[in-house]
Amino acid sequence: MGLIRGLGELFHYIGSISFFIKNIFWWLFTKKRDLKSLVREVIFIGIDSFPLVSLIAFFIGMIIAFQTAYQLQQFSSEIQLASLVALSLVRELGPVIGALIVAARSGASITAGIGSMKISEQVDALEALGVEPIDYLVVPKFIALLVCMPVLIIYADFLGIVGGYVVGSTKFAIPAGLYFRMTIDALRFKDILSGLVKSICFGSVIAFISCYEGFRPFSSIDVSRSVTHSVVRSFMLIIITDCILTALFYFTWV
Amino acid sequence: MIKIRNIYRTFGQKHVLKGVTLTVNKGENYLLIGRSGAGKTVLLKNILGLLRPDSGTIAIDGVDITQLAKKKLEKVRLQFGLVFQGSALFDFLTIEENVGFFFYQHTKLKKSEIRKRVTETLALVGLEGIEDMHPYELSGGMKKRVAIARAIIYNPKIIIYDEPTTGIDPIAVDKIVNLIEDLHQRLAITSVVVTHDLEVGLRLADRLAFLLGGKIIFEGDKNNLEKSKDERLIQFLKGTSGGPIREMEV
Repeated sequence: MGLIRGLGELFHYIGSISFFIKNIFWWLFTKKRDLKSLVREVIFIGIDSFPLVSLIAFFIGMIIAFQTAYQLQQFSSEIQLASLVALSLVRELGPVIGALIVAARSGASITAGIGSMKISEQVDALEALGVEPIDYLVVPKFIALLVCMPVLIIYADFLGIVGGYVVGSTKFAIPAGLYFRMTIDALRFKDILSGLVKSICFGSVIAFISCYEGFRPFSSIDVSRSVTHSVVRSFMLIIITDCILTALFYFTWV
Repeated sequence: MIKIRNIYRTFGQKHVLKGVTLTVNKGENYLLIGRSGAGKTVLLKNILGLLRPDSGTIAIDGVDITQLAKKKLEKVRLQFGLVFQGSALFDFLTIEENVGFFFYQHTKLKKSEIRKRVTETLALVGLEGIEDMHPYELSGGMKKRVAIARAIIYNPKIIIYDEPTTGIDPIAVDKIVNLIEDLHQRLAITSVVVTHDLEVGLRLADRLAFLLGGKIIFEGDKNNLEKSKDERLIQFLKGTSGGPIREMEV
């Protein structure tokens, strides 16, 4: 009985979020955007995320380098450090870690912001003033995430590679020129493209889930629940999407 | 004119409106009164088309809005100015952007022109020099006034006040009531005041309806209120806890 109810709720969730996404795309192409609100969202979602992304990406790069170097030492192949760090970051860890940071930081805040507007009747006030809440509140955030995510991910990849270089240069005295040449040589167009496609898909996932969860609360206690749902469901969908995209890119790519 | 006929609205298992029927005439000050949680706000949201009733009709100037498509409903909605219970000012905007929101969203007026109109409207509700402040910098009474300014700035035909005096001190209550009376006379628009505060309601109303348990149990001139023999109404007017209105019957 519980399983049937759970499945029913899952299908209801999928149905209503699909309708919500359809509305986002409808409003995306039917109205001219206010640049001021777009800039406000880009600053909050993108620019304000740079310090946290910098810190985590740099240390992730160092950690990968330490772990990789430990293994490579056994085969006296420390010189391969640069290419392994670059591939790990650009293909997988950069986009995934970047998306998880944005989901936890900006996604949670988006849900809490819309949720508190909902329970304080500000969303009703928008409608009463003839403004569609999805158009006014969601579409600018969606666009900002689509714009900011690729930039943040490229930046995270770069800082991670720098973190790897710090380990490579201090522990194995690899010269900067050689390290970065090996990094560039290791990367193929497909690796960079897959990272960018993933970042756009993850940005969309974060926008859809965090905004949708924001419209669900009916009371203040619901807001905290929605924020938790927003982060957990974004994390889950980011990982699932990553798995699907990796399979598509590396097992069906001609 | 607003004509509501036999409105039902349910949330899950909870029947909030159970066949509400009432009429608000053009130009009058209409009071919708009832206990907290009686369904007054739900009824209001149905009138505005923010919620759709399960059954029944709501006619605004002869147009049944329950059957309207979203686009047409949005146009009808702009005939209303709504003052929300908690003011519902947008936290992230300044007072000027809040009050001038309608113009910023629906017109191509220049910012200077909007600011001029905002300043004039704020003066009408007794406020000045707060255009560049944010809602969190204002007192509860001032927020209510700003919310009223936002509702009247685009000259709606009908203005709805949802619990306009809840959560503010007695002096601010008196000021808000005076302001509503003053605006009603000066702007000559239809006003619907929704409140559980009987004293405030009777000061403002020409006619009133009493909502209890999702039904209207009295509708008419306020002078006929005391002639009513309905024991539930008498209990509400006396404000006593003992009587036919049970705790769960809201």
